[in-house]
Amino acid sequence: MANIVQFENVGLRYGTGAETLSDLSFTLASGAFYFLTGASGAGKTSLLKLLYLAQRPTRGAIRLFGEDAVTLPRRRLPGFRRRIGVVFQDFRLLPHLSAYDNIALPLRVSGVPESDVQAPVREMLAWVGLENRVDAKPPTLSGGEQQRVAIARAVIGRPEILVADEPTGNVDPDMAERLLHLFDSLNRLGTTVVVATHDFHLLGRIQSAHMMRLDNGRLLDPTGSLRFPPPGPKA
Amino acid sequence: MSVRLIASAADRRLLDESRRTRSMTWIMAIMLFLTVLAAALGLATLRGAGLLDRQLAGRLTVQIVEPDAVKRDAEAARALDAVRAMPEVAKAVPVDRAELSRLLGPWLGADGADPDLPIPAMIDVDLGQGTDAAVAHVSAVARAVAPTVRVDRQEAWMSPVARFMDTLVLFAGGLVLLMAAATGAVVILAARAGLETHRSTIDVLHMLGSTDVQVARLFQRRIAIDTLIGGVLGTICAVGAVLFAGLQLSLLGSDMLNGLALEQRDWIALALLPVLFALLATIAARASVLSALRKTL
Repeated sequence: MANIVQFENVGLRYGTGAETLSDLSFTLASGAFYFLTGASGAGKTSLLKLLYLAQRPTRGAIRLFGEDAVTLPRRRLPGFRRRIGVVFQDFRLLPHLSAYDNIALPLRVSGVPESDVQAPVREMLAWVGLENRVDAKPPTLSGGEQQRVAIARAVIGRPEILVADEPTGNVDPDMAERLLHLFDSLNRLGTTVVVATHDFHLLGRIQSAHMMRLDNGRLLDPTGSLRFPPPGPKA
Repeated sequence: MSVRLIASAADRRLLDESRRTRSMTWIMAIMLFLTVLAAALGLATLRGAGLLDRQLAGRLTVQIVEPDAVKRDAEAARALDAVRAMPEVAKAVPVDRAELSRLLGPWLGADGADPDLPIPAMIDVDLGQGTDAAVAHVSAVARAVAPTVRVDRQEAWMSPVARFMDTLVLFAGGLVLLMAAATGAVVILAARAGLETHRSTIDVLHMLGSTDVQVARLFQRRIAIDTLIGGVLGTICAVGAVLFAGLQLSLLGSDMLNGLALEQRDWIALALLPVLFALLATIAARASVLSALRKTL
């Protein structure tokens, strides 16, 4: 499988503080499934931000879809971002829009005609079990429902990479497993999936998944070849 | 949310309308009210100055300043005949002595009517074309038959008024430009405040792949509508004020002030001001939002 993402000696520093991420070198294979684990504050969210181009690294090189993402001109960022689906840790749904309109956003951003928006959005709402909450606005949805809307929004554009930050953090175990099954289905369709989680119960559910472990901003297994159960930090 | 100039219905919902304030509409109403008043003043003065120019251009006063009444009347008659015979002269009319006495009344009182008072004889001359050459020719012809003649261009007497009116037109034009600049500044401030208010929405849109132009379109549409609504309100009020002022001027019965009237094309120009300002606001909002977004990732 070709590499869709390549990090080389990547470091990230916020302001003048210590490095949040240090010396990250790894590759993500196209069509593979990755779990990114680590304790709170290990740098999982920061690493994902680099992946979905919300941050530029302080040092090092990142190649995304075969192109240098560090020096990528700003005008080309939208095109790259449309190829990446993101499930934010805090969902980031637009509170004044309905579940339908939130899910339809990526299609509308990409210029899909309104006549072609309705069918995939309805399908996606059914996929995440929210077909009865079409017009509900996020403040009226439970945490789990909001998370499912966020996931539906992330995948509706059939992204090449799906990045999810603690996507099962607000749902019960049954729903967590169901969502993971959705990610797995998407992965089988060819999408590269990166899920950041500290929920060890999930890690064994996807047999083919690779594991990446972060500890204090450093990757413990740069090859991404670990499988569940993971070794200890000193292994 | 494709690359279109006008936002679609779905796009229009992207910015939370409940967080919108109406202050922009009222500010624009006040700005356009003042702008339309300034523009109306400028246009009316321009029309008045034009009328004054047309009325005075080519009009001369020929004075015969001979102190001896008999000689003066003879010179005046010769000068009148000579001037009337010239092809450049459209009309030459002697000014009645009684009329002159009446005009001098405020300064000389009853003495102005004294027949022994050596008041110059006067002839009003209207040239078809008030060129310097025509004026010089009339002066030469009149002086040939009446040595004590003095020829004055009427526009020379009114030149301070004409200069004042020109200054007023420039002043009004400057005011309109100043108001346009102030409108642009208000729009830039409003757009930046709007960006801050909707920062989280814009971040999400960017992460989903929105271009800066797509985001800018959301703001420029909203600001254009606020400006247009406020502008129309302000323009209607200002037009009402202009009509009222025009009515008051017409009641004064002054020929000069009655010249300060707006023509049909002026009313059209005033009606277009809110549209022009909405266009200006759209461009300013777009430029401001694009400039601010360029500083983000």
